[in-house]
Amino acid sequence: MGSIKHITDTDFTENVLQNDKPVLVDFWAEWCGPCRMIEPVLEEIASTQSKLDIVKLNVDENPETAAAYRITSIPALNVFSGGKVVKQIIGAKPKAALLRDLEEYTA
Amino acid sequence: MTDVRNVIIIGSGPAAYTAAIYAARARLEPLVLEGSVSWGGALMNTTDVENYSGFRNGIMGPVLMDEMRGQAERFGAEIVTDDAEAVDLTGDVKVVRDGSDREYRARAVILAMGSSYRELGLPNEKRLSGHGVSWCATCDGFFFRDQDIAVVGGGDSAMEEATFLTRFARKVYVIHRRAELRASKVMQERAFANDRIEFIWNTEVVDVLGEDKVRGLRLRDTVTGAERTLDVTGTFVAIGHDPRSALVADQVRRDEAGYVLVDQPSTRTNLPGVFAAGDLVDHTYRQAITAAGTGCQAALDAERYLAALDETTTKAEPAAELAAVEH
Repeated sequence: MGSIKHITDTDFTENVLQNDKPVLVDFWAEWCGPCRMIEPVLEEIASTQSKLDIVKLNVDENPETAAAYRITSIPALNVFSGGKVVKQIIGAKPKAALLRDLEEYTA
Repeated sequence: MTDVRNVIIIGSGPAAYTAAIYAARARLEPLVLEGSVSWGGALMNTTDVENYSGFRNGIMGPVLMDEMRGQAERFGAEIVTDDAEAVDLTGDVKVVRDGSDREYRARAVILAMGSSYRELGLPNEKRLSGHGVSWCATCDGFFFRDQDIAVVGGGDSAMEEATFLTRFARKVYVIHRRAELRASKVMQERAFANDRIEFIWNTEVVDVLGEDKVRGLRLRDTVTGAERTLDVTGTFVAIGHDPRSALVADQVRRDEAGYVLVDQPSTRTNLPGVFAAGDLVDHTYRQAITAAGTGCQAALDAERYLAALDETTTKAEPAAELAAVEH
């Protein structure tokens, strides 16, 4: 169980690509309303299981990573496993749908 | 069996939070089911709200919603950040089940689920959603710096988005199927005065082009029928909203477009103890402030309904006591 860590362009490789566990990266920005709307759900997922790490990357302050993964719409939730994107969820999905989408990594 | 509450409010926008403020101040201890990812409602996708009275310099949409939510909490509204998944509103006691399978029961329910954005309904629109097709200019405008993009629509939302997007984009085409706008005069004037905005009148979008991201739009002139391609890397869809009434479709009377019907000027639906407010009902005004106004009305209507119920039960009680004495 853990809290949500903020990561940057600099430590993205270490925290995400080299992570032994699958990692969900929440691409977000201050000015994105729906990004704030999904925060409580992500916090709940982070605090109720430990198989999937959850981190946040501010696209405004870390444009390199956002551009590298061709993010053009946020919130964007990319699940990385073994250094690769294995799933992408775009937009604020209801909790039940989000949990279902992430089940294979959290259960 | 769970406790029977006074009132449950379903929704998360100005109507729902205002209903919660009034119901909480009436000591009805309302429960608000605000949705798992929808707190704040439609205004969370906006920037400056300039027409909500009380803010001479305007206020940011998300800030306004955070304030409304906090105001409701301050008076004791219980806010649950989960979705209403199923309801039974037909009985004297209404039952609502949330996304975590918890059940809530109450004597009254206020419906304020608002509306959701309308899609163009084109097959490639869904496929390219998140890859150049967007419904949230404030979220995604940032990614289209120095690019040519399009906004589809002719109302206030379309003008606001187009104007906002010129902060980033090199050029913003506004594609509208008529020859005049539906937007308010002040929004129109602002858009017309912006030299980065170009209007394409009497035109509809017939296809979104691109393999893994948007490369252009296929347009059709609604007068001549002529088709052409417009090179853009992004498209923001702002063609209106539809009421989010699917949850109650089989129980509450709605009009053909899905808006919940109320016994105006009250907020009563066809079911006793069930009230409705905001964009779920209103296809005419659709403003934050009118939603807040009807949210207030719904709370007052619910309060009166509950008071009338209490009156009939307290009238019945002395009779019961009398009966007990006689035995």
